[in-house]
Amino acid sequence: MSWLLALPIAIPFLTAVATFLTRDMPVGRWLSIIGSAILLAASIVLMNTVLREGVIAGQMGGWAAPFGITLVADLLSAVMVLITAIVAVAVSIYALADVDEKMERLGYHALFNMLIAGVVGAFVTGDLFNLYVWFEVMLIASFGLLVLGGRPEQIDGGVKYVALNLVSTIMFLTGIGLLYGMTGTLNMADLASAVDTADQQLLTVVAVLFMIAFGVKAAVFPLFFWLPASYHTPAFSVSAVFAGLLTKVGVYALLRMFTLVFDHDTAFTHTILLWVAGFTMVVGVLGAAAQSDMRKILSFHIVSQIGYMILGLALLTPLAIVGAVFYLVHHIVVKANLFLIAGVAQRIAGGTELSRIGGLYKSAPFLAVLFVIPAFSLAGFPPLSGFWAKFLLVKATLEIEAWFIAFIALAVGLLTIYSMTKIWAQAFWEPHPDGVEPKLSKLSTRERNAFLIPIAGLAILTVIIGTMPEPFVQFAERSAAQLLDPTPYITAVLGEQP
Amino acid sequence: MNSVILRAGTSYLAGLLLVFSVYMMLRGHNEPGGGFIGGLTGATGFVLYAIGCSVGEARKALRVLPQTIAIWGLFIALAAGLFAAVFGDALFTGQWLFIGETEDDKGLPLSSVLVFDIGVYLVVFGSVLTLVFAMEEEI
Repeated sequence: MSWLLALPIAIPFLTAVATFLTRDMPVGRWLSIIGSAILLAASIVLMNTVLREGVIAGQMGGWAAPFGITLVADLLSAVMVLITAIVAVAVSIYALADVDEKMERLGYHALFNMLIAGVVGAFVTGDLFNLYVWFEVMLIASFGLLVLGGRPEQIDGGVKYVALNLVSTIMFLTGIGLLYGMTGTLNMADLASAVDTADQQLLTVVAVLFMIAFGVKAAVFPLFFWLPASYHTPAFSVSAVFAGLLTKVGVYALLRMFTLVFDHDTAFTHTILLWVAGFTMVVGVLGAAAQSDMRKILSFHIVSQIGYMILGLALLTPLAIVGAVFYLVHHIVVKANLFLIAGVAQRIAGGTELSRIGGLYKSAPFLAVLFVIPAFSLAGFPPLSGFWAKFLLVKATLEIEAWFIAFIALAVGLLTIYSMTKIWAQAFWEPHPDGVEPKLSKLSTRERNAFLIPIAGLAILTVIIGTMPEPFVQFAERSAAQLLDPTPYITAVLGEQP
Repeated sequence: MNSVILRAGTSYLAGLLLVFSVYMMLRGHNEPGGGFIGGLTGATGFVLYAIGCSVGEARKALRVLPQTIAIWGLFIALAAGLFAAVFGDALFTGQWLFIGETEDDKGLPLSSVLVFDIGVYLVVFGSVLTLVFAMEEEI
């Protein structure tokens, strides 16, 4: 059982080693794809097992919980690992055309796989200090990817990124220290009951420390500034995997900790989260409206969308958590895809600055169709996946008669449409200002395949979730039930409790 | 930096630091020490050499790219963890072999834990030197 949990971490690490040693050879990029594919297979097996047997846990090194490091997978962890593997496969195929040999020689594929290992590790760990370690693995790998190439604006973005993330690290470590001092354990399942006997007021302070630490990672208001400052600088495959996965690790950590451990004073903590969610949605979408670069618009939309997920957590009703989980999965697919499409637009139209490109609809109608699917899914158009995600969340707000936040969620949806139509009108509809015809045939067949196969694959996934939401909603319901009643989680880690 | 004293001192200190780093790593098994601190100490030897002489000299003395050392370290550490699979144990379960074991003497203990420590040593050693060499070359 424990190997099922350890393999999704070990596979990307081994792939990182293999791709680093072959970084001067063309075989390196294929190894990266093969590694991601094996990871996908392992995560499907993991998912299957969790669906069949419920929460599973493994004690690393054979040390019993709560003393050793525990890896745990419930439905939420399993689906996050699965979606990470899907994005990893898509992006590593896309990298065939997007990442040049210079970046490969600097170790792009090794860093990419290390990042994936960090993300997967964060999703399956059941130990707070171990979570911190995975955050650091992610931080180091992502910083390397961000500055790979060494252009001045990359360094500029990279420094902002690391500086703010280090603040988060300090908060996180301080929180861990205090929590350990209060309870004597860092095993999440053990903490769930250990905090009951702790000083409740101090516990609230610690909860807020964790909220800030994970809030920086998740890029919520007012801690999101690093995200739009850095995501538009690196290679497109890098910003796609960042956009899809990195902030979602923060959201996952918030979801996990604020349902499992910090649920003692929800009137205080989850009210803060509700305000944060509202502001994050509004500020993100307004920031996007003010931008004119495709990648910057999309970056601000990440922030705005994070607000919806936090909203689900803040309401803490069963339906709201269902919405948050559904949103999380839908968003990763859609957002990574939009950045991948921006990369193709940049390649054939010569930029991502909206005033300087155009004519994509006329010259590359296939790309236009592929853009419409994730863009309108993001905005919440029926029958795409984003519609169901927003529908669940808005229904959850109406259910508890939180009219104002429901209004905000709907208004932000409208403004998202505004941004998406802006990209559509300027990049796709209007003719190119320089009279260039941005045709897909400009790319070689190999490049075209490498670009369009992952984009089309993710778009199909969006359509599948959108047109057949029933099994996905049912899954989200089961997953939410596990989050709201952590007894199976705790039993899986610690065994039967007296 | 061009200092005769530093250069002369370095040639002795660098070697001493490397030996001490291995001692630190081996000692770490039952007492304070270990792969991490050992790797740091070992890297200090080469950092000193790079400052005293030049980064080029230090790279030449190292023979291999520090990145390569780090990645092999990662592989060794992983392999030590995955080794437990052979015996059907959980990841990173320590595997032990006692050479010359008798009734009241455990003999010479060999373990996959030590292999893991060597991996950590190389990861830390390699990554610290990657960073420091890159920064020294910038200046």
